Amino acid sequence: MSQQIVFFILAAITLTSAIAVVALRNLFHAALALMASFLGVAGIYILLEAGFLGMAQLLVYIGAISILIIFAVMMTRRMMQTRETPFNSQVVAALIGTLLSFAVLVVVIGQLYPLVPGTDTMLGSAPAVDPAIIENSTARMGLSFVSADGYVLPFEAASVLLLAALVGSIIIAWPRSGEEENL
Amino acid sequence: MSTIIDLLKSLLSLSLGDFIRRTFGTSPGIELLIDIGGVVILSTFCLLIVIFLIWLERKLIARMQDRIGPNRVGGRYGALQTVADVVKLLSKEIIHPSGADWISYNAAPILTVIAALLVWAVMPFAPGVIGVDLNIGVFYVMAISSASVMVLLLAGWGSNNKYALLGAFRAVAQMVSYEVPMILALLVPVILARTMSTDGIIAAQSIPFLLFAPVSALIFYISSLAETGRTPFDLLEAESEIVAGFHIEYGGMKFGMFFLAEFVNTLFWSGMFATLYLGGYRFFGLENWVSADGYPYGRMIGLIVFFIKTFSVYFVYVWIRGTLPRVRVDQILNYNWKFLVPLSLVLIFFVALIDKLIPAGTGPAARMSIHLALNLLLAFLTLEVLRRRGRQFRESLSGGDGPGGREALFPDDDHGHGSDAHEAPAHDDHGDMPLGSREPIAVPIH
Repeated sequence: MSQQIVFFILAAITLTSAIAVVALRNLFHAALALMASFLGVAGIYILLEAGFLGMAQLLVYIGAISILIIFAVMMTRRMMQTRETPFNSQVVAALIGTLLSFAVLVVVIGQLYPLVPGTDTMLGSAPAVDPAIIENSTARMGLSFVSADGYVLPFEAASVLLLAALVGSIIIAWPRSGEEENL
Repeated sequence: MSTIIDLLKSLLSLSLGDFIRRTFGTSPGIELLIDIGGVVILSTFCLLIVIFLIWLERKLIARMQDRIGPNRVGGRYGALQTVADVVKLLSKEIIHPSGADWISYNAAPILTVIAALLVWAVMPFAPGVIGVDLNIGVFYVMAISSASVMVLLLAGWGSNNKYALLGAFRAVAQMVSYEVPMILALLVPVILARTMSTDGIIAAQSIPFLLFAPVSALIFYISSLAETGRTPFDLLEAESEIVAGFHIEYGGMKFGMFFLAEFVNTLFWSGMFATLYLGGYRFFGLENWVSADGYPYGRMIGLIVFFIKTFSVYFVYVWIRGTLPRVRVDQILNYNWKFLVPLSLVLIFFVALIDKLIPAGTGPAARMSIHLALNLLLAFLTLEVLRRRGRQFRESLSGGDGPGGREALFPDDDHGHGSDAHEAPAHDDHGDMPLGSREPIAVPIH
């Protein structure tokens, strides 16, 4: 019961601030609302016993990505002074798209998990959760990243991709020959 | 009567929660009350200790600068000076600068204190005396302190002041950069202890990790200096350049909250250093002593040991503040990205490799020796590389040893020599020549 109360509070925070992101006129405020939304999602992860994921959300999305967004907002000076409405003429299209994707989500999740307690789904009853998995989820996740039976190949591929992005950014930022005098 | 004695003994052995459970029974409601009580005690402690920390810092800095420091309010040692300061801050008028963004301006001081207090949840004070023993404790600390960078931007932008915004930009650039070597340095104790739980890291330190990985400890210490914005990395509030940095528009207790968060953070990183590298509350097994009637008095010993270690580290923070001048912003970023980050990357690579290669049955002393040797080797190589780079740099400034180099450095060498009495003062003029350049060879011409 208390878990559900916490979930509803977190969901309310996430959704309200998500709406605020698109509705607020001040871009800086929108960025702040985005962070509140990220924070709500991190709270939901923690509620689901996925503490590592929650902290990663905090570190990556609030500690890094939001700051990047805010820097980008601040660097574009005219954007800060925009006071006109953020809505354009595509409100109806966006509304239809949102409703459609929501319907798809409801259908797909309804196939896997019972939307009404006690009813059967495509998988039969809801899958049982092994408490041992939850107890040690961080260590299990770390092991599955590096073990050959787990996800070592996608993990390494992602690492190589990130490294390539890093090298690429250095090459872009590197002064071309003859440009050094201007630095 | 026996309940009162029980209470006193529980207080002395820091097991108040057990006392409450014994007296009032166990139920979810009682557990909730114990948890809330723990949070209240911990937060109050953190907020009140700042009064002592500020007094301590002022006294220590004063001694280092050959002054006396506060000596009027509250007796000879000025012990109540900070209390008077806090009362003054509290009684000040609350000012709201025109054009400031109301939400950002007012949320920033609150959030900064919240972030400073949140991290204390995983600080192990004594065996069993820890807010919550998360199995991702170290990661939690990094996540909170990385998210708290955001608060500075809130304060800087919300104040509607160009100095505040500049200060916030500097602060964010500095903190985001120094997070990288800090996380990498923190990974070394995690690798050595095979756990991210702060309590588990202490349990693994039968020999303090400072002896395993002094280089990592040094990197962590330097990064934590930058992370708390203390001297020599205090240019986010460089008074001579940007007046006061991101909190320039704040007055009264709103400013006081930033000040408070800074001190709480400094004490936290001192405690973290003690936990990760000095063995935390460990004191030759005495911290686990349980008396015959079942009270864990060892916790009190652990608490005292923890604070001795923490305040020793804290003293070094103050010492550095009293010693080193401020560095420039480009120097700070260059030092981080071109020195600390590569060094910590190399370090973590070798520590992980060596730790995997050491056979499982090796005793802690042998394991420590191997790690220490690796660290010393790395430190020596780093210093050697730095020495060479430094020499190259100086030679490029002075023209080097090549043809014409010495003439460029000592253009007046051609005349002035050969005479008799002018030799000594002429030589003295070059007394401040760069290290590593050659001694001027005085060849008497007859």
